[in-house]
Amino acid sequence: MTTQYDIITAKNLVAGYPDNIVWRDASFTVNRGEFVAVIGPNGAGKTTLFRLLLGLQRPISGAINIFGATPRRGNSQIGYVPQRHVFDDDTNVESLELVRLGFSGQQWGTGMFNHDDRKAAFDALKDVGATGLAHRSLGVLSGGELQRIFLAEALVSKPTLLLLDEPLSNLDMMRERELLQLINGVVRSRSVTVLLIAHNINPILPYLDKVVYIANGKVASGTPQEVLTSESLSALFGGQVEVLRDSKGNIAVIGIEDCHGCKSE
Amino acid sequence: MTFSINPWIDFQQIFQYPFMQHAFEAGTVVAVIAGIVGYFVVLRRSSFAAHALSHIGFSGAAAAVLIGANPVYGLLLFTTVGGVGIAGLGKRAANRDTEIGIVLAFMLGLGVLFLSLYKGYAEEAYSILFGEILGVSFSNVLLTLAGGIVVLVLMAVVYRPLLFASLDEDVAEAKGMPVFFLGVIFMILVAIATSFAVQVVGVLLIFSLMVTPAATAQLLAKTPGRVIIISVIIALFATWLGLFIAFFEPYPVSFFITSIVFVLYLLVRFVYPKLKPSKIRQIEKPHIQPEDQLVDLT
Repeated sequence: MTTQYDIITAKNLVAGYPDNIVWRDASFTVNRGEFVAVIGPNGAGKTTLFRLLLGLQRPISGAINIFGATPRRGNSQIGYVPQRHVFDDDTNVESLELVRLGFSGQQWGTGMFNHDDRKAAFDALKDVGATGLAHRSLGVLSGGELQRIFLAEALVSKPTLLLLDEPLSNLDMMRERELLQLINGVVRSRSVTVLLIAHNINPILPYLDKVVYIANGKVASGTPQEVLTSESLSALFGGQVEVLRDSKGNIAVIGIEDCHGCKSE
Repeated sequence: MTFSINPWIDFQQIFQYPFMQHAFEAGTVVAVIAGIVGYFVVLRRSSFAAHALSHIGFSGAAAAVLIGANPVYGLLLFTTVGGVGIAGLGKRAANRDTEIGIVLAFMLGLGVLFLSLYKGYAEEAYSILFGEILGVSFSNVLLTLAGGIVVLVLMAVVYRPLLFASLDEDVAEAKGMPVFFLGVIFMILVAIATSFAVQVVGVLLIFSLMVTPAATAQLLAKTPGRVIIISVIIALFATWLGLFIAFFEPYPVSFFITSIVFVLYLLVRFVYPKLKPSKIRQIEKPHIQPEDQLVDLT
Protein backbone atom coordinates (compact mmCIF):
# COMPACT_ATOMS: atom_id res chain seq x y z
CA MET A 1 0.00 0.00 0.00
CA THR A 2 1.35 3.38 -0.95
CA THR A 3 0.95 6.21 1.50
CA GLN A 4 1.98 9.83 1.33
CA TYR A 5 4.88 9.02 3.60
CA ASP A 6 6.48 6.61 1.16
CA ILE A 7 9.63 8.02 -0.36
CA ILE A 8 10.74 4.85 -2.11
CA THR A 9 8.76 1.76 -3.00
CA ALA A 10 10.30 -1.22 -4.75
CA LYS A 11 8.28 -4.19 -5.89
CA ASN A 12 9.79 -7.41 -7.29
CA LEU A 13 12.68 -5.33 -8.48
CA VAL A 14 15.40 -6.99 -10.57
CA ALA A 15 18.60 -5.02 -11.14
CA GLY A 16 21.75 -5.37 -13.20
CA TYR A 17 22.24 -6.01 -16.87
CA PRO A 18 20.33 -8.47 -19.04
CA ASP A 19 23.32 -10.83 -19.16
CA ASN A 20 24.37 -10.20 -15.58
CA ILE A 21 21.66 -9.87 -12.98
CA VAL A 22 23.02 -8.31 -9.79
CA TRP A 23 20.07 -8.97 -7.51
CA ARG A 24 16.40 -9.90 -7.89
CA ASP A 25 13.02 -9.91 -6.17
CA ALA A 26 13.62 -6.85 -4.02
CA SER A 27 10.50 -5.43 -2.42
CA PHE A 28 10.74 -2.75 0.21
CA THR A 29 9.55 0.70 1.15
CA VAL A 30 11.34 3.64 2.67
CA ASN A 31 9.28 6.27 4.46
CA ARG A 32 9.83 9.95 4.93
CA GLY A 33 12.43 10.84 7.52
CA GLU A 34 13.91 7.37 7.85
CA PHE A 35 17.59 6.66 8.33
CA VAL A 36 18.31 3.58 6.24
CA ALA A 37 21.56 1.65 5.95
CA VAL A 38 22.28 -0.24 2.76
CA ILE A 39 24.79 -2.95 3.60
CA GLY A 40 26.22 -6.05 2.05
CA PRO A 41 29.46 -7.51 0.71
CA ASN A 42 31.57 -5.73 -1.88
CA GLY A 43 30.10 -6.09 -5.33
CA ALA A 44 26.70 -7.14 -4.00
CA GLY A 45 25.01 -4.29 -5.85
CA LYS A 46 24.61 -1.56 -3.24
CA THR A 47 25.67 1.19 -5.62
CA THR A 48 23.40 -0.37 -8.27
CA LEU A 49 20.45 0.45 -6.02
CA PHE A 50 21.58 4.09 -5.91
CA ARG A 51 21.95 4.17 -9.69
CA LEU A 52 18.38 2.94 -10.04
CA LEU A 53 17.14 5.61 -7.65
CA LEU A 54 19.10 8.31 -9.48
CA GLY A 55 17.66 7.23 -12.81
CA LEU A 56 21.15 6.44 -14.13
CA GLN A 57 20.16 2.84 -14.74
CA ARG A 58 16.82 1.13 -15.44
CA PRO A 59 15.56 -1.96 -13.65
CA ILE A 60 15.44 -5.16 -15.68
CA SER A 61 11.99 -5.84 -14.35
CA GLY A 62 9.76 -4.97 -11.43
CA ALA A 63 8.77 -1.51 -10.28
CA ILE A 64 10.63 1.17 -8.42
CA ASN A 65 9.02 4.42 -7.44
CA ILE A 66 10.56 7.44 -5.84
CA PHE A 67 8.33 10.27 -4.61
CA GLY A 68 5.50 8.38 -6.31
CA ALA A 69 7.06 8.42 -9.77
CA THR A 70 9.57 6.52 -11.87
CA PRO A 71 13.15 7.62 -11.07
CA ARG A 72 14.55 10.17 -13.46
CA ARG A 73 17.95 11.71 -13.80
CA GLY A 74 18.28 15.19 -12.36
CA ASN A 75 15.65 14.89 -9.65
CA SER A 76 16.24 17.98 -7.55
CA GLN A 77 14.74 16.31 -4.47
CA ILE A 78 17.74 14.00 -4.25
CA GLY A 79 21.11 14.94 -2.80
CA TYR A 80 23.88 12.52 -3.76
CA VAL A 81 27.40 11.89 -2.50
CA PRO A 82 29.20 9.34 -4.69
CA GLN A 83 31.61 6.74 -3.44
CA ARG A 84 35.34 7.32 -2.90
CA HIS A 85 35.11 10.78 -4.10
CA VAL A 86 38.44 12.51 -3.63
CA PHE A 87 40.37 15.37 -5.13
CA ASP A 88 44.01 15.37 -6.08
CA ASP A 89 45.95 17.30 -3.50
CA ASP A 90 46.90 19.98 -6.01
CA THR A 91 43.25 20.86 -6.64
CA ASN A 92 43.40 24.46 -5.51
CA VAL A 93 39.70 25.29 -5.53
CA GLU A 94 38.09 26.47 -2.31
CA SER A 95 35.36 24.35 -0.74
CA LEU A 96 32.77 27.10 -0.96
CA GLU A 97 32.95 26.96 -4.76
CA LEU A 98 32.02 23.27 -4.81
CA VAL A 99 29.07 23.86 -2.48
CA ARG A 100 27.96 26.79 -4.67
CA LEU A 101 27.96 24.49 -7.69
CA GLY A 102 25.66 22.14 -5.78
CA PHE A 103 23.19 25.02 -5.75
CA SER A 104 23.70 26.67 -9.13
CA GLY A 105 25.93 24.33 -11.16
CA GLN A 106 23.01 23.31 -13.34
CA GLN A 107 22.23 26.83 -14.48
CA TRP A 108 23.64 27.82 -17.84
CA GLY A 109 25.56 31.05 -18.13
CA THR A 110 28.32 32.51 -16.01
CA GLY A 111 26.23 33.57 -13.01
CA MET A 112 28.61 36.46 -12.68
CA PHE A 113 26.05 38.83 -11.20
CA ASN A 114 24.07 36.34 -9.18
CA HIS A 115 25.29 35.74 -5.66
CA ASP A 116 22.32 33.84 -4.22
CA ASP A 117 24.34 30.66 -4.46
CA ARG A 118 27.07 32.14 -2.29
CA LYS A 119 24.71 32.77 0.58
CA ALA A 120 23.02 29.39 0.18
CA ALA A 121 26.44 27.72 0.17
CA PHE A 122 27.48 29.50 3.37
CA ASP A 123 24.24 28.44 5.04
CA ALA A 124 24.80 24.83 3.97
CA LEU A 125 28.35 24.94 5.34
CA LYS A 126 26.97 26.32 8.59
CA ASP A 127 24.51 23.42 8.78
CA VAL A 128 27.35 20.90 8.67
CA GLY A 129 29.59 22.93 10.97
CA ALA A 130 32.15 23.61 8.28
CA THR A 131 32.16 27.37 7.75
CA GLY A 132 35.79 27.30 8.83
CA LEU A 133 36.59 25.22 5.77
CA ALA A 134 34.86 27.56 3.30
CA HIS A 135 38.03 29.10 1.93
CA ARG A 136 40.30 26.09 2.16
CA SER A 137 41.33 24.14 -0.91
CA LEU A 138 39.55 20.89 -1.63
CA GLY A 139 42.89 19.26 -2.27
CA VAL A 140 44.19 19.72 1.28
CA LEU A 141 41.10 18.64 3.23
CA SER A 142 41.12 15.43 5.24
CA GLY A 143 38.66 12.62 4.57
CA GLY A 144 36.30 13.71 7.33
CA GLU A 145 36.42 17.37 6.29
CA LEU A 146 35.73 16.43 2.68
CA GLN A 147 32.69 14.38 3.69
CA ARG A 148 31.29 17.43 5.46
CA ILE A 149 31.80 19.52 2.34
CA PHE A 150 30.13 16.85 0.20
CA LEU A 151 27.25 16.74 2.64
CA ALA A 152 26.91 20.52 2.38
CA GLU A 153 27.08 20.26 -1.43
CA ALA A 154 24.26 17.70 -1.33
CA LEU A 155 22.18 19.64 1.24
CA VAL A 156 22.50 23.06 -0.37
CA SER A 157 19.67 22.37 -2.81
CA LYS A 158 17.38 21.35 0.10
CA PRO A 159 16.76 17.74 -0.95
CA THR A 160 14.23 15.48 0.76
CA LEU A 161 16.28 12.35 0.09
CA LEU A 162 20.02 11.92 0.62
CA LEU A 163 21.95 9.08 -1.01
CA LEU A 164 25.36 8.67 0.62
CA ASP A 165 27.66 6.07 -0.92
CA GLU A 166 30.19 4.85 1.66
CA PRO A 167 30.73 8.21 3.38
CA LEU A 168 32.38 6.44 6.31
CA SER A 169 35.20 4.74 4.44
CA ASN A 170 38.61 6.19 5.30
CA LEU A 171 37.36 7.82 8.49
CA ASP A 172 38.70 6.99 11.94
CA MET A 173 36.22 6.15 14.70
CA MET A 174 36.00 9.70 16.01
CA ARG A 175 35.30 11.23 12.60
CA GLU A 176 32.93 8.41 11.81
CA ARG A 177 30.85 9.12 14.91
CA GLU A 178 30.91 12.89 14.29
CA LEU A 179 29.71 12.46 10.73
CA LEU A 180 26.99 10.00 11.74
CA GLN A 181 25.72 12.37 14.42
CA LEU A 182 25.67 15.13 11.86
CA ILE A 183 23.74 13.01 9.35
CA ASN A 184 21.39 11.82 12.06
CA GLY A 185 20.74 15.43 13.04
CA VAL A 186 19.81 16.25 9.46
CA VAL A 187 17.45 13.27 9.32
CA ARG A 188 15.70 14.15 12.58
CA SER A 189 15.56 17.93 12.35
CA ARG A 190 14.38 18.27 8.74
CA SER A 191 12.84 14.85 8.22
CA VAL A 192 15.18 14.26 5.34
CA THR A 193 15.34 10.60 4.36
CA VAL A 194 18.84 9.14 4.24
CA LEU A 195 20.08 6.00 2.51
CA LEU A 196 23.65 5.33 3.54
CA ILE A 197 25.83 2.61 2.05
CA ALA A 198 28.31 1.13 4.50
CA HIS A 199 30.32 -2.03 4.85
CA ASN A 200 30.23 -2.10 8.63
CA ILE A 201 26.85 -1.72 10.26
CA ASN A 202 27.91 -1.42 13.89
CA PRO A 203 28.73 2.29 14.03
CA ILE A 204 25.41 3.13 12.35
CA LEU A 205 23.25 0.74 14.31
CA PRO A 206 22.22 3.20 17.07
CA TYR A 207 20.72 5.63 14.55
CA LEU A 208 18.99 3.28 12.14
CA ASP A 209 15.32 2.94 11.35
CA LYS A 210 15.75 0.38 8.63
CA VAL A 211 18.29 -1.90 6.98
CA VAL A 212 18.44 -2.95 3.36
CA TYR A 213 20.77 -5.94 3.28
CA ILE A 214 21.96 -6.92 -0.19
CA ALA A 215 23.82 -10.22 -0.56
CA ASN A 216 23.88 -13.34 -2.67
CA GLY A 217 21.77 -11.74 -5.40
CA LYS A 218 18.93 -11.07 -2.99
CA VAL A 219 17.70 -8.23 -0.86
CA ALA A 220 16.32 -8.34 2.67
CA SER A 221 14.89 -5.28 4.34
CA GLY A 222 13.15 -4.21 7.51
CA THR A 223 14.06 -2.89 10.91
CA PRO A 224 17.51 -3.90 12.19
CA GLN A 225 15.79 -6.24 14.68
CA GLU A 226 13.98 -7.99 11.84
CA VAL A 227 16.82 -8.24 9.35
CA LEU A 228 19.84 -8.81 11.54
CA THR A 229 18.81 -12.19 12.86
CA SER A 230 20.23 -15.65 12.24
CA GLU A 231 17.02 -16.77 10.48
CA SER A 232 16.69 -13.77 8.22
CA LEU A 233 20.35 -13.70 7.15
CA SER A 234 20.48 -17.49 6.74
CA ALA A 235 17.62 -17.17 4.29
CA LEU A 236 19.38 -14.32 2.52
CA PHE A 237 22.74 -16.03 2.21
CA GLY A 238 21.17 -19.41 1.55
CA GLY A 239 23.19 -21.20 4.22
CA GLN A 240 23.66 -21.45 7.93
CA VAL A 241 24.54 -17.99 9.22
CA GLU A 242 24.61 -16.94 12.83
CA VAL A 243 24.19 -13.45 14.24
CA LEU A 244 25.88 -12.81 17.57
CA ARG A 245 25.48 -9.74 19.77
CA ASP A 246 27.92 -8.40 22.30
CA SER A 247 27.08 -6.51 25.47
CA LYS A 248 27.20 -3.14 23.71
CA GLY A 249 24.73 -4.21 21.04
CA ASN A 250 27.37 -4.68 18.35
CA ILE A 251 26.61 -7.55 16.06
CA ALA A 252 28.80 -10.11 14.35
CA VAL A 253 27.70 -12.32 11.51
CA ILE A 254 29.34 -15.74 11.55
CA GLY A 255 29.41 -18.11 8.63
CA ILE A 256 29.77 -15.76 5.69
CA GLU A 257 32.63 -16.84 3.49
CA ASP A 258 33.11 -13.45 1.98
CA CYS A 259 33.73 -11.60 5.21
CA HIS A 260 33.06 -8.15 3.93
CA GLY A 261 34.51 -5.36 5.94
CA CYS A 262 37.22 -7.66 7.28
CA LYS A 263 39.64 -6.56 4.66
CA SER A 264 40.18 -3.00 3.73
CA GLU A 265 39.52 -1.97 0.18
CA MET B 1 66.61 48.51 -33.76
CA THR B 2 67.11 49.17 -30.09
CA PHE B 3 65.03 49.91 -27.02
CA SER B 4 64.65 53.49 -26.02
CA ILE B 5 64.23 54.51 -22.38
CA ASN B 6 60.66 55.50 -23.04
CA PRO B 7 58.34 52.54 -23.75
CA TRP B 8 55.78 54.92 -25.20
CA ILE B 9 58.20 55.83 -27.98
CA ASP B 10 59.01 52.16 -28.42
CA PHE B 11 55.35 51.29 -28.90
CA GLN B 12 54.88 54.16 -31.34
CA GLN B 13 57.79 52.79 -33.26
CA ILE B 14 56.39 49.24 -33.15
CA PHE B 15 52.91 50.19 -34.27
CA GLN B 16 54.19 51.97 -37.36
CA TYR B 17 54.46 48.51 -38.86
CA PRO B 18 51.22 46.80 -39.89
CA PHE B 19 52.73 43.36 -39.32
CA MET B 20 53.38 44.31 -35.68
CA GLN B 21 49.84 45.66 -35.31
CA HIS B 22 48.46 42.40 -36.65
CA ALA B 23 50.72 40.42 -34.36
CA PHE B 24 49.51 42.35 -31.32
CA GLU B 25 45.87 42.05 -32.35
CA ALA B 26 45.93 38.32 -33.04
CA GLY B 27 48.20 37.72 -30.04
CA THR B 28 45.79 39.54 -27.74
CA VAL B 29 42.79 37.50 -28.86
CA VAL B 30 44.75 34.26 -28.58
CA ALA B 31 46.05 35.13 -25.11
CA VAL B 32 42.53 35.84 -23.84
CA ILE B 33 40.95 32.63 -25.12
CA ALA B 34 43.95 30.45 -24.28
CA GLY B 35 44.01 31.88 -20.74
CA ILE B 36 40.32 31.06 -20.24
CA VAL B 37 40.18 27.65 -21.91
CA GLY B 38 43.50 26.79 -20.28
CA TYR B 39 41.90 26.94 -16.84
CA PHE B 40 39.56 24.12 -17.75
CA VAL B 41 42.40 22.18 -19.37
CA VAL B 42 44.25 22.32 -16.06
CA LEU B 43 41.16 21.69 -13.92
CA ARG B 44 40.11 18.68 -16.00
CA ARG B 45 43.68 17.40 -16.25
CA SER B 46 43.36 17.37 -19.99
CA SER B 47 46.85 18.72 -20.73
CA PHE B 48 47.69 15.66 -22.72
CA ALA B 49 44.50 15.90 -24.75
CA ALA B 50 45.32 19.55 -25.54
CA HIS B 51 48.85 18.53 -26.48
CA ALA B 52 47.51 15.79 -28.73
CA LEU B 53 45.04 18.14 -30.39
CA SER B 54 47.75 20.54 -31.42
CA HIS B 55 49.72 17.67 -32.97
CA ILE B 56 46.64 16.43 -34.77
CA GLY B 57 46.26 20.01 -35.94
CA PHE B 58 49.78 19.89 -37.38
CA SER B 59 48.75 17.40 -40.05
CA GLY B 60 45.68 19.53 -40.73
CA ALA B 61 47.80 22.62 -41.22
CA ALA B 62 50.21 20.68 -43.42
CA ALA B 63 47.36 19.30 -45.53
CA ALA B 64 45.98 22.82 -45.96
CA VAL B 65 49.39 24.14 -47.01
CA LEU B 66 49.66 21.32 -49.54
CA ILE B 67 46.38 22.18 -51.24
CA GLY B 68 47.12 25.90 -51.03
CA ALA B 69 44.55 26.73 -48.37
CA ASN B 70 44.88 28.80 -45.21
CA PRO B 71 46.58 26.56 -42.59
CA VAL B 72 44.15 27.85 -39.94
CA TYR B 73 41.27 26.10 -41.71
CA GLY B 74 43.19 22.84 -41.76
CA LEU B 75 43.97 23.27 -38.07
CA LEU B 76 40.35 24.02 -37.19
CA LEU B 77 39.04 21.05 -39.16
CA PHE B 78 41.51 18.51 -37.81
CA THR B 79 41.51 19.68 -34.19
CA THR B 80 37.71 19.86 -34.06
CA VAL B 81 37.30 16.36 -35.48
CA GLY B 82 40.11 15.12 -33.21
CA GLY B 83 38.60 16.88 -30.20
CA VAL B 84 35.16 15.39 -30.74
CA GLY B 85 36.85 12.01 -31.23
CA ILE B 86 38.75 12.29 -27.94
CA ALA B 87 35.59 13.42 -26.14
CA GLY B 88 33.82 10.47 -27.77
CA LEU B 89 36.15 8.11 -25.97
CA GLY B 90 33.80 8.90 -23.15
CA LYS B 91 34.10 9.41 -19.44
CA ARG B 92 37.63 9.83 -18.16
CA ALA B 93 38.75 10.61 -21.69
CA ALA B 94 41.61 12.57 -20.20
CA ASN B 95 43.07 9.28 -18.99
CA ARG B 96 43.05 7.59 -22.36
CA ASP B 97 46.68 8.53 -22.81
CA THR B 98 47.68 5.45 -24.74
CA GLU B 99 44.97 5.66 -27.38
CA ILE B 100 45.42 9.39 -27.79
CA GLY B 101 49.20 8.98 -28.02
CA ILE B 102 48.90 6.34 -30.74
CA VAL B 103 46.64 8.57 -32.83
CA LEU B 104 48.79 11.66 -32.36
CA ALA B 105 51.97 9.87 -33.47
CA PHE B 106 50.20 8.73 -36.63
CA MET B 107 48.85 12.22 -37.31
CA LEU B 108 52.31 13.76 -36.91
CA GLY B 109 53.65 11.25 -39.39
CA LEU B 110 50.88 12.16 -41.80
CA GLY B 111 51.75 15.84 -41.36
CA VAL B 112 55.38 15.13 -42.24
CA LEU B 113 54.26 13.39 -45.44
CA PHE B 114 52.03 16.31 -46.44
CA LEU B 115 54.79 18.82 -45.86
CA SER B 116 57.39 16.78 -47.72
CA LEU B 117 55.08 16.85 -50.74
CA TYR B 118 55.07 20.63 -50.49
CA LYS B 119 57.96 22.63 -51.96
CA GLY B 120 58.59 25.13 -49.19
CA TYR B 121 58.97 22.24 -46.76
CA ALA B 122 61.35 23.55 -44.12
CA GLU B 123 59.93 27.04 -43.89
CA GLU B 124 56.30 25.97 -43.53
CA ALA B 125 57.15 23.20 -41.09
CA TYR B 126 59.04 25.67 -38.96
CA SER B 127 56.22 28.18 -38.77
CA ILE B 128 53.59 25.54 -37.95
CA LEU B 129 55.76 23.91 -35.31
CA PHE B 130 57.05 27.07 -33.64
CA GLY B 131 54.57 29.77 -34.62
CA GLU B 132 54.88 32.74 -36.89
CA ILE B 133 52.92 35.52 -35.31
CA LEU B 134 54.90 38.20 -37.11
CA GLY B 135 53.56 36.94 -40.42
CA VAL B 136 49.86 37.02 -39.55
CA SER B 137 47.78 38.64 -42.28
CA PHE B 138 44.94 41.05 -41.60
CA SER B 139 42.40 38.52 -42.82
CA ASN B 140 43.80 36.04 -40.31
CA VAL B 141 43.46 38.66 -37.59
CA LEU B 142 39.77 38.94 -38.44
CA LEU B 143 39.46 35.17 -38.50
CA THR B 144 41.16 34.96 -35.12
CA LEU B 145 38.80 37.59 -33.76
CA ALA B 146 35.80 35.62 -35.05
CA GLY B 147 37.17 32.45 -33.44
CA GLY B 148 37.77 34.34 -30.22
CA ILE B 149 34.19 35.56 -30.14
CA VAL B 150 32.88 32.03 -30.74
CA VAL B 151 34.99 30.74 -27.83
CA LEU B 152 33.87 33.54 -25.50
CA VAL B 153 30.18 33.14 -26.32
CA LEU B 154 30.29 29.34 -26.01
CA MET B 155 32.22 29.61 -22.78
CA ALA B 156 29.78 32.15 -21.34
CA VAL B 157 26.89 29.77 -22.02
CA VAL B 158 28.43 26.57 -20.65
CA TYR B 159 30.58 28.12 -17.92
CA ARG B 160 28.83 26.94 -14.77
CA PRO B 161 27.73 23.48 -15.92
CA LEU B 162 31.21 22.91 -17.37
CA LEU B 163 32.79 23.95 -14.09
CA PHE B 164 30.44 21.62 -12.22
CA ALA B 165 31.11 18.69 -14.56
CA SER B 166 34.87 19.35 -14.42
CA LEU B 167 35.06 19.50 -10.65
CA ASP B 168 32.44 16.93 -9.70
CA GLU B 169 31.43 14.84 -12.68
CA ASP B 170 29.50 12.11 -10.83
CA VAL B 171 27.26 14.52 -8.95
CA ALA B 172 26.75 16.68 -12.03
CA GLU B 173 25.68 13.58 -13.95
CA ALA B 174 23.29 12.49 -11.21
CA LYS B 175 21.80 15.97 -11.24
CA GLY B 176 20.92 15.47 -14.86
CA MET B 177 23.68 17.54 -16.43
CA PRO B 178 24.72 16.41 -19.92
CA VAL B 179 28.29 15.62 -18.91
CA PHE B 180 29.13 13.84 -22.15
CA PHE B 181 27.87 16.74 -24.22
CA LEU B 182 29.79 19.18 -22.00
CA GLY B 183 32.92 17.11 -22.58
CA VAL B 184 32.41 17.45 -26.34
CA ILE B 185 31.85 21.21 -26.05
CA PHE B 186 34.99 21.50 -23.93
CA MET B 187 37.11 19.69 -26.52
CA ILE B 188 35.68 21.90 -29.28
CA LEU B 189 36.69 24.95 -27.22
CA VAL B 190 40.18 23.50 -26.83
CA ALA B 191 40.27 22.77 -30.57
CA ILE B 192 39.41 26.34 -31.54
CA ALA B 193 41.74 27.91 -28.97
CA THR B 194 44.56 25.59 -30.05
CA SER B 195 44.07 26.29 -33.74
CA PHE B 196 44.50 30.02 -33.26
CA ALA B 197 47.20 29.73 -30.64
CA VAL B 198 49.32 27.76 -33.12
CA GLN B 199 49.76 31.00 -35.08
CA VAL B 200 51.44 32.57 -32.07
CA VAL B 201 53.51 29.83 -30.47
CA GLY B 202 53.23 26.91 -32.86
CA VAL B 203 52.17 23.32 -32.39
CA LEU B 204 55.09 22.36 -30.18
CA LEU B 205 54.91 25.30 -27.79
CA ILE B 206 51.15 25.31 -27.32
CA PHE B 207 51.49 24.54 -23.59
CA SER B 208 53.07 27.92 -22.99
CA LEU B 209 49.70 29.57 -23.64
CA MET B 210 47.21 26.77 -22.98
CA VAL B 211 48.63 25.34 -19.76
CA THR B 212 51.37 27.39 -18.10
CA PRO B 213 49.38 30.62 -17.49
CA ALA B 214 46.44 28.72 -15.97
CA ALA B 215 48.70 26.46 -13.93
CA THR B 216 50.50 29.54 -12.58
CA ALA B 217 47.24 31.36 -11.86
CA GLN B 218 45.91 28.34 -10.00
CA LEU B 219 48.72 28.75 -7.49
CA LEU B 220 47.67 32.34 -6.84
CA ALA B 221 43.90 32.06 -6.34
CA LYS B 222 41.28 29.55 -5.21
CA THR B 223 38.13 30.73 -6.94
CA PRO B 224 37.67 29.87 -10.61
CA GLY B 225 36.74 33.43 -11.60
CA ARG B 226 39.93 34.89 -10.14
CA VAL B 227 42.11 32.12 -11.51
CA ILE B 228 40.75 32.73 -15.01
CA ILE B 229 41.37 36.48 -14.76
CA ILE B 230 44.95 35.97 -13.55
CA SER B 231 45.52 33.33 -16.22
CA VAL B 232 44.40 35.74 -18.95
CA ILE B 233 46.59 38.51 -17.51
CA ILE B 234 49.64 36.23 -17.53
CA ALA B 235 48.98 35.09 -21.10
CA LEU B 236 48.48 38.69 -22.23
CA PHE B 237 51.55 39.93 -20.41
CA ALA B 238 53.73 37.19 -21.89
CA THR B 239 52.40 37.70 -25.40
CA TRP B 240 52.76 41.48 -25.35
CA LEU B 241 56.16 41.48 -23.71
CA GLY B 242 57.33 38.69 -26.04
CA LEU B 243 56.26 40.66 -29.10
CA PHE B 244 57.80 43.83 -27.71
CA ILE B 245 61.18 42.21 -27.10
CA ALA B 246 61.10 40.29 -30.37
CA PHE B 247 60.72 43.56 -32.25
CA PHE B 248 64.09 44.70 -30.98
CA GLU B 249 65.92 41.39 -30.66
CA PRO B 250 66.57 38.97 -33.51
CA TYR B 251 65.12 35.88 -31.81
CA PRO B 252 61.74 34.16 -32.27
CA VAL B 253 58.68 35.57 -30.50
CA SER B 254 57.66 32.12 -29.32
CA PHE B 255 60.96 31.75 -27.51
CA PHE B 256 60.30 34.92 -25.54
CA ILE B 257 56.70 34.00 -24.75
CA THR B 258 57.59 30.53 -23.53
CA SER B 259 60.45 31.91 -21.45
CA ILE B 260 58.32 34.62 -19.85
CA VAL B 261 55.56 32.25 -18.78
CA PHE B 262 58.14 29.76 -17.58
CA VAL B 263 59.93 32.33 -15.43
CA LEU B 264 56.60 33.52 -14.04
CA TYR B 265 55.65 29.96 -13.21
CA LEU B 266 58.97 29.36 -11.41
CA LEU B 267 58.61 32.59 -9.44
CA VAL B 268 55.06 31.80 -8.37
CA ARG B 269 55.81 28.19 -7.63
CA PHE B 270 59.03 28.60 -5.68
CA VAL B 271 59.56 32.21 -4.64
CA TYR B 272 56.02 33.43 -3.92
CA PRO B 273 55.25 30.77 -1.25
CA LYS B 274 58.32 31.90 0.69
CA LEU B 275 57.07 35.46 0.71
CA LYS B 276 53.51 34.71 1.87
CA PRO B 277 53.26 31.13 2.99
CA SER B 278 50.04 31.47 4.98
CA LYS B 279 48.08 33.15 2.23
CA ILE B 280 48.64 30.74 -0.60
CA ARG B 281 47.78 27.25 0.35
CA GLN B 282 47.79 25.29 3.49
CA ILE B 283 51.14 23.61 3.73
CA GLU B 284 49.99 20.56 5.63
CA LYS B 285 49.22 17.49 3.57
CA PRO B 286 45.79 15.92 3.73
CA HIS B 287 46.08 13.26 6.34
CA ILE B 288 44.08 10.25 5.26
CA GLN B 289 43.12 8.36 8.34
CA PRO B 290 44.05 4.71 8.33
CA GLU B 291 41.06 2.51 8.14
CA ASP B 292 39.39 1.47 11.32
CA GLN B 293 41.87 -0.92 12.83
CA LEU B 294 39.40 -2.57 15.15
CA VAL B 295 38.19 -6.02 14.30
CA ASP B 296 35.22 -5.64 12.07
CA LEU B 297 32.36 -7.60 13.52
CA THR B 298 29.92 -7.57 10.64
